[in-house]
Amino acid sequence: MTDGSRFSARLDLEQGRVDMSHGAGGRAMAQLIDELFKQALDNEWLSQGNDQALFSVPPGRLVMSTDAHVVSPLFFPGGDIGSLAVHGTLNDVAMSGARPLHLAASFILEEGFPLADLARIVASLAQAAREAGVAVVTGDTKVVERGKGDGVFITTTGIGVVPEGIAISGDRARPGDVILINGHIGDHGIAILSQRENLGFETAIQSDSAALHGLVADMIAAVPDIHCLRDPTRGGLATTLNELAQQSGVGMRVRETDIPVREAVSAACELLGLDPAYVANEGKLVAICPADRAETLLATMRAHPLGAQSAIIGEVVEDSLGFVQMQTRFGGERLLDWLTGEQLPRIC
Amino acid sequence: MKYVDEFRDRHLARQLAAAIAAEVDPEREYRLMEFCGGHTHAIFRYGIQQLMPPNLRFVHGPGCPVCVLPMTRLDQAIAMTREHGVTLCTYGDLMRVPASGRRTLLKAKAAGADVRMIYSTQDVLRIARDEPERQVVFMAIGFETTTPPTAVAILQARAEGLKNLSFLCNHVLTPPALRAILSLAGPEGVRLDGILGPSHVSTVIGTRPYEFVPNQFGIPVVIAGFEPLDVMQSALMLVRQINDGRREVENQYSRAVGEGGNARALELMARVFVTRPSFEWRGLGFLPESAPALAEDYADLDAERRFPVTVETSREIKGCECPAILRGLKEPTECKLFGAVCTPDNPMGACMVSSEGACAAYWSHRTHMPSSGLNR
Repeated sequence: MTDGSRFSARLDLEQGRVDMSHGAGGRAMAQLIDELFKQALDNEWLSQGNDQALFSVPPGRLVMSTDAHVVSPLFFPGGDIGSLAVHGTLNDVAMSGARPLHLAASFILEEGFPLADLARIVASLAQAAREAGVAVVTGDTKVVERGKGDGVFITTTGIGVVPEGIAISGDRARPGDVILINGHIGDHGIAILSQRENLGFETAIQSDSAALHGLVADMIAAVPDIHCLRDPTRGGLATTLNELAQQSGVGMRVRETDIPVREAVSAACELLGLDPAYVANEGKLVAICPADRAETLLATMRAHPLGAQSAIIGEVVEDSLGFVQMQTRFGGERLLDWLTGEQLPRIC
Repeated sequence: MKYVDEFRDRHLARQLAAAIAAEVDPEREYRLMEFCGGHTHAIFRYGIQQLMPPNLRFVHGPGCPVCVLPMTRLDQAIAMTREHGVTLCTYGDLMRVPASGRRTLLKAKAAGADVRMIYSTQDVLRIARDEPERQVVFMAIGFETTTPPTAVAILQARAEGLKNLSFLCNHVLTPPALRAILSLAGPEGVRLDGILGPSHVSTVIGTRPYEFVPNQFGIPVVIAGFEPLDVMQSALMLVRQINDGRREVENQYSRAVGEGGNARALELMARVFVTRPSFEWRGLGFLPESAPALAEDYADLDAERRFPVTVETSREIKGCECPAILRGLKEPTECKLFGAVCTPDNPMGACMVSSEGACAAYWSHRTHMPSSGLNR
């Protein structure tokens, strides 16, 4: 914990900036860790001050996942890179059906970055972790020269434990299974886009960034035999469905009219020439389960605050080529292919 | 979504499809060219061709400004970044278009060139103001739709006295391209029974500039909106004209288009631009009087004059059928490269790289065709 007497003056969290000494391993770095990171994250493992966290694990199978977070802008409606770094990794862990146990966090800071912004990000990360009931038990800080970073990059690693009898995996989708989603797609991507400095459109859309393991726990309690779970982040819903189809060697059919999309997201996509099916999410999950359990699963999802807008959006079909087809709003059919490169706005 | 969903109503679509099916003469073929990539995109995204009777075919036209941009112009832009160190700004869908030697603006950026994707001409002005030490070049592209904003930016740059902003003008005009396609006779030509005219272009130039199509070529035109019901209604209007033996310019997109166009936009364009004697179009070659260039009064803002570069004549990729596809002579699936080596992940030609291009539309919205060889 903080020991103010170790340092001649307190860290200036209002006017101060990150400098190279904050990553050099000396007194300045110790002060940054003590007065900022340990203060905010405060837990028994971190406070020991070791280079690793020692903890016992419950019996069962462990899950581990890591994610590097780079986002511009760092602060956006509905979140920031700090909360995103917690949610992103917890969700990757949770998509195995696991209960997340601990997180590790690595910060790469750019020289000159305002300490006040860093403090906001760390506080947000800490709050997200607290709300999720998960401790950040170990971490690292590096500083790169000005111009060699983008303010802050955060890498988080999470571990969790999968309950007995749960076997959720991307290769388990079977023809006849039903595809569900826990709500509106595209909110995160459009919230981020609307904040880009060179894109002056305003929308009330907030990022959907959220930790989904509570929802997942309810889902597997109601329907233990969920076949697949995945969070459709970069590349959006379309890419996730293609990944699952490919992994399982099946096809999928979804109905455009059943996929929840907010009107503001639809409108922004129209304006920019983007397809909401390819826009990023941070608080969504796709679930695939046997048809006879689908209604139970849907009801369970809808009963959870993060699943109130859940919907059944399609079915798994036999198709060794792994195509994802969409029945359009217009009554036609089209392929919902992998995302190519980056979605780029078109000019007319 | 108000004013959008109304134009995507599936029940109305069925009614329109039924009306078209009832009115087409089963003894004849209806070959309707949609000039614009926006129409091509709508036809594929909503599966409109599937709703048409088999003797009504949409022929894809050259109406994608990215697709018709010749490689030489991209080579020129890349050379400007390399030889003069300029900051090159352009719209997103130009970033992945192949230049010579499989280069693209994205690859040039990765190799160190200062290439920036912008969303509007106002971004370009802002960059020029914020970074006075950089020479900023706006690579302007598009039909008459995006030309007025470029004109405004040129006037604004002049009014503000910005010394570090110039314009690489690649705007092109639609009527000369349509004339070129219709003038191609014999084996080079394409047989057409009707034209779905570009509606966004007509919001600027009006419907009058298309009157030469029925008058000189005897082919009816319907200025068609881009929503799926617009396209279907326009197809029905063309079928009726063809059946009645009428040859006129009709306006389906009357909610936004008038006969005379947008006087203010036309005036701005006339003030800033002059028509080039000739400009190269991908697939159509050099077309006379088909593209604007900066007028003499604005020559100091012309990037071509400020940053001269020499670019060899660029060679298209061997086997790429983009030129024939752009003229409506071939379908994307008739190109040997399509789906084999040319996909949106690895585009060989411009028709595959732009989402408005016929090849990209075919590929992205293809339905399940296991027998067609379009497998992963």
